[in-house]
Amino acid sequence: MEGCCYTVEETLKIIVLVKHVPDAQFDRHLSGGDKTTDRSESILSELDEYALEAALQLIEARGGEAAGNKVIALSMGPAGAVNAVKKSLQIGATEGVHLSDDALAGSDAAATSLALAAAIRHLGADAPVDLVLTGMASTEGETSLVPAQLAERLGLPQVTFASSLELDGGKLTARRDGDSHADTVEATLPALVSVTDQINDPRYPNFKGIMAAKKKSITTLTLADIGVDPGLVGLAGSWTAVETAEARPPRTAGTIITDEGDAGIKLVEFLAAQKLL
Amino acid sequence: MAKVLVFIDTPGPALKKSSLELLTIARSLGEPAVAFNGELHDDVAAALGEYGAQALYRPSANDLDDYLVGPKASYLAAAVQSSGATIVLAENSAEGKEIAARLGIKLGAGVITDVVAVDPDGTAHKSVLAGSYMTTARATTPVAVLTVKANSITPEPATTGTAPQAATIEVPETANAASARITARNEKTASGRPELSEARIVVAGGRGVDGDFGPLEDLADALGAAIGASRAATDAGWIGHDAQIGQTGKTVSPQLYISAGISGAIQQKAGMQTAKVIVAVNKDAESPVFEIADFGIVGDLFRVLPQATEEIKKRKADR
Ligand SMILES: Cc1cc2nc3c(=O)[nH]c(=O)nc-3n(C[C@H](O)[C@H](O)[C@H](O)COP(=O)(O)OP(=O)(O)OC[C@H]3O[C@@H](n4cnc5c(N)ncnc54)[C@H](O)[C@@H]3O)c2cc1C
Repeated sequence: MEGCCYTVEETLKIIVLVKHVPDAQFDRHLSGGDKTTDRSESILSELDEYALEAALQLIEARGGEAAGNKVIALSMGPAGAVNAVKKSLQIGATEGVHLSDDALAGSDAAATSLALAAAIRHLGADAPVDLVLTGMASTEGETSLVPAQLAERLGLPQVTFASSLELDGGKLTARRDGDSHADTVEATLPALVSVTDQINDPRYPNFKGIMAAKKKSITTLTLADIGVDPGLVGLAGSWTAVETAEARPPRTAGTIITDEGDAGIKLVEFLAAQKLL
Repeated sequence: MAKVLVFIDTPGPALKKSSLELLTIARSLGEPAVAFNGELHDDVAAALGEYGAQALYRPSANDLDDYLVGPKASYLAAAVQSSGATIVLAENSAEGKEIAARLGIKLGAGVITDVVAVDPDGTAHKSVLAGSYMTTARATTPVAVLTVKANSITPEPATTGTAPQAATIEVPETANAASARITARNEKTASGRPELSEARIVVAGGRGVDGDFGPLEDLADALGAAIGASRAATDAGWIGHDAQIGQTGKTVSPQLYISAGISGAIQQKAGMQTAKVIVAVNKDAESPVFEIADFGIVGDLFRVLPQATEEIKKRKADR
């Protein structure tokens, strides 16, 4: 997909990266020798639903699946990751791909982006991929690095933190909100876009979608399928190593008072005692 | 001695506190050098000298700011090569992390984000999973790229100052290819308050403010604080989205976080539970925010906050 010979297709082929993450409602813990996040209780990341919705809206505006457009949900991870793909198919993705290999366990962002880049190239072998869409960073670990590293590896322009997205022919326009300014950003396809939770209101899977998903196929890929040397990923292939992990003692409740008309003054007394004034 | 390259993107007329923190950490690790982008004001050059920068680098291109992330990473990669740096320090903002991310791939360097402290041997300490864990991590590569959270240490000038000249780093011509271009930039109106992610004190409001941030603004101004918000408040349009704190907003670790009319959902806590001291004002005694508050007031924010503001003003006037 690097540069030279890309021509804008009439139809869109979009890959949406979906993660399965520990549900924020459950307690999250780090486990095992590699101090990675325990994924035993996990779901499709809420933040990825915005990316999937953005992809579905783009293809629906171009005649949808019937017109030859594709939205491929791609998830990398152990067996449980397939649930994120299944849920994506129920919501409306046209195809699902699960990249799964024991050698991937413990991959850091660099190793993850290496495997994902290879998988995306593999999926683009028959017809080029126009757009790679991801959700915004989740709060866990170093995952916020993956979209930028993936763009670097694929040689794609990155349009990250998009709160709006428009596509006109091969030109993409997005709004990106920064701390002190809001930018309008333009790029040409193919591109990588990460979207924020401001971009749309994701749909829920409905009965029809759930039934239709049963007929959709999920392709499982291994590292051998995508031509990646197992030594380049996983703990061995990672460029960072977590050495120690210590649970912070949970915050405990301090003094709680009920306002009896003077709580504002008590608040200031507390701040003064803490030397915070 | 290890060479440590600090990246300061558009320093502006005065260095931010977080940049001074990076320079202070850099000195503890080795010999600091600075790669900046944009204009170099005299005051900034002087401050860089006071903080011990041994070398300064500027890009040959002056349009890096017109593109997203990629070209800045190309510039930094070239600066790392010229300077021989083995550690790169950048700020932990969204863009800082992305530049670090792409730089890491270009250099084959491990990237560690959300760093709060660095040992002299390069071991990075970071807080993960919304502050519920502290980990130590190392890059296993010859070069390490670290993004450091603001308010991690107290900046200190060097014992002996320097006066380095800026050398120009050739940015590869291909740097802008395959990059997203910024075609319009709308500056947000400055509030005159400190920047949220750097502020020592944050006063944050939620659905309970019911459209009126007035009492929070008054308290913030009395305390010299920044204003933050829950997603319920930003979604309602009462305040800009950039004030949102939490999982999908900003993460802040101020000395003091005053939460008013916020229930304390897990996604909100993700952005503020590493604050040193948390004060909560909420009229519902069952609100989860009280589980993490050092000082909680069960009461109406429209009564409690104005009273506190008056008391602070009174104390200041008496001084
Ligand atoms: C994917 C995802 C990401 C999210 N990201 C974020 C995020 O980044 N940040 C975030 O904040 N939320 C986030 N949320 C939303 C989060 O789950 C909560 O819905 C939100 O934080 C609630 O905001 P709130 O506390 O202001 O409102 P509520 O939960 O409605 O609480 C309002 C509180 O105000 C109190 N109150 C009302 N009137 C007064 C008064 N006069 N005086 C004192 N107290 C009063 C009430 O007792 C109540 O506790 C996210 C949700 C999802 C699904």
